[in-house]
Amino acid sequence: MSIGTRSTILHLGLIALLFVLAFVLPSYHQGNLARIMVLATYAIGYNVLFGYTGLLSLGHAMFFGAGMYGLGLAMQYGGLGVIPAFAVALICAAVLSAVVALLALRTIGVAFMIVTLMFAQAGYLTVLYFGAWTRGDEGFVIAQSARQIAGLDLTAPTTRYLAALLLFSAALLITARMMQVSFGSVLIGVRENEERTRMLGYDVFRHKLAAVIISGTISGAAGAGYAVLFGYVGATFTSVQYSIFPLLWVLLGGAGTTIGPLVGTLFMFYLIDYSSGLTNAYMLIAGVVLVLLTLFARAGLVGEIRKRWVA
Amino acid sequence: MILLETKGLTRVYGGLTAVDGVDFALPKGEVHALIGPNGAGKSTFVGMISGRIPASSGEVWFDGQNVTALPAHARIRRGMAYTFQITAVYARLSLADNLALALRSRDRGAALAALDRVGLADRADQMTGDLAYGHQRLLEIVMGVAQKPRLLILDEPTQGLAESEIEGFNALIRELAGETTILLIEHNMNVVMALADRITVLDMGSILASGTPAEIHANRAVQDAYLGTG
Repeated sequence: MSIGTRSTILHLGLIALLFVLAFVLPSYHQGNLARIMVLATYAIGYNVLFGYTGLLSLGHAMFFGAGMYGLGLAMQYGGLGVIPAFAVALICAAVLSAVVALLALRTIGVAFMIVTLMFAQAGYLTVLYFGAWTRGDEGFVIAQSARQIAGLDLTAPTTRYLAALLLFSAALLITARMMQVSFGSVLIGVRENEERTRMLGYDVFRHKLAAVIISGTISGAAGAGYAVLFGYVGATFTSVQYSIFPLLWVLLGGAGTTIGPLVGTLFMFYLIDYSSGLTNAYMLIAGVVLVLLTLFARAGLVGEIRKRWVA
Repeated sequence: MILLETKGLTRVYGGLTAVDGVDFALPKGEVHALIGPNGAGKSTFVGMISGRIPASSGEVWFDGQNVTALPAHARIRRGMAYTFQITAVYARLSLADNLALALRSRDRGAALAALDRVGLADRADQMTGDLAYGHQRLLEIVMGVAQKPRLLILDEPTQGLAESEIEGFNALIRELAGETTILLIEHNMNVVMALADRITVLDMGSILASGTPAEIHANRAVQDAYLGTG
């Protein structure tokens, strides 16, 4: 069985498992998992740039936010339905990522990290500046009555879960397919040895540009999904914290693996969930576990499994 | 028929002129060696031909077209291939994956056939970084060859190769001779004498002499600057 077939089976199996879980999980965990799948979509987007292309961005919250506000504002003030508003969100995220990429890709390494961080900070401040519409830190709620697609109520727990699964599956399958075609191999080539890749005749800049746009647009789709499924749009989601989260999720789950982003998000979500049940100092427990994992499982959870048992 | 030509090609680093107005022509099908002492400007010269290093002035013509303004990747697409002085392969990918990127195809048969030319086919699934240095060097050379380039630029290909591996390298280049035009920077004079149809000697950024191996060997100025009289 080829590696391609094996990973397709793995992905379809994972999606089937998540589908079955929709009907067997208790409602508390069903709600959690819906949220985790949306955030994992964000992590998948981040992984395209960080895990596969080797570019560390510290500003992805701006793409998540572009999707979130693109959808939220289009619904709130444009009166659009969920689907057209979702399209607006994707366009916002794609355009923003193209513009940011054209400027930020003139830098590399640490400078790239700082430039993306600064762009994201500018994005956060922009949200606050237009507080009359965005309601700043306080944010705004998207009315339950608006969160419907053709009579399907996205606020009903199981429908919401399945919508989150649809979003997650689309992102998973698109990126998995992308990594099976030559475009994905070239991204890995750029990550592993940029100069070699250029001197094999590949346009490195265009591949990086495409990677940022794909990564930013998937992140934006996650932001839009979050807004419509959980009904809230707020400036916190564009803050630096939300730029760091996907980096942590991807590192924990395994950078450059297709299911690592989900595993990392799931792990960290429940780590915080359980440790906050034990103590108020839950971030301390989470922090220690993160340190241990980065010391002893440097390739991330999925990366370690792949390294030790699969390869 | 001239495949590659440079006209007044010059590179200035700060106040230092590394390559000084070099006019050079390479006929199709020739194996041409570029020799000269360290710091003569050989790597800078081939860097400007391939587009890795921008020229300060002058022109590069490839296959009848002025490619001076083209970025490196576009020149490679037009039929150049380049191997680095310091081995540049994908250390964390398998040999087969290295070849897939060079070949622009996932055809495993083609990758194995290419690896077989340097006796590495049975290591196709090994991690490249785990190979001995000489094998990595051969891999890089075969990645260049596998692209079926019209012009293959090799920057000190035999550096770090054992004597037995050098023989394999010579055999590989002889197989290509005639179909592929080769421009080779080389310090090992045995390799140069064995392979080159013609030799150009660079010194202080300028062409000191150019001719057949026999002519270069007999050239007084070259002996003084580089070969020695021994």
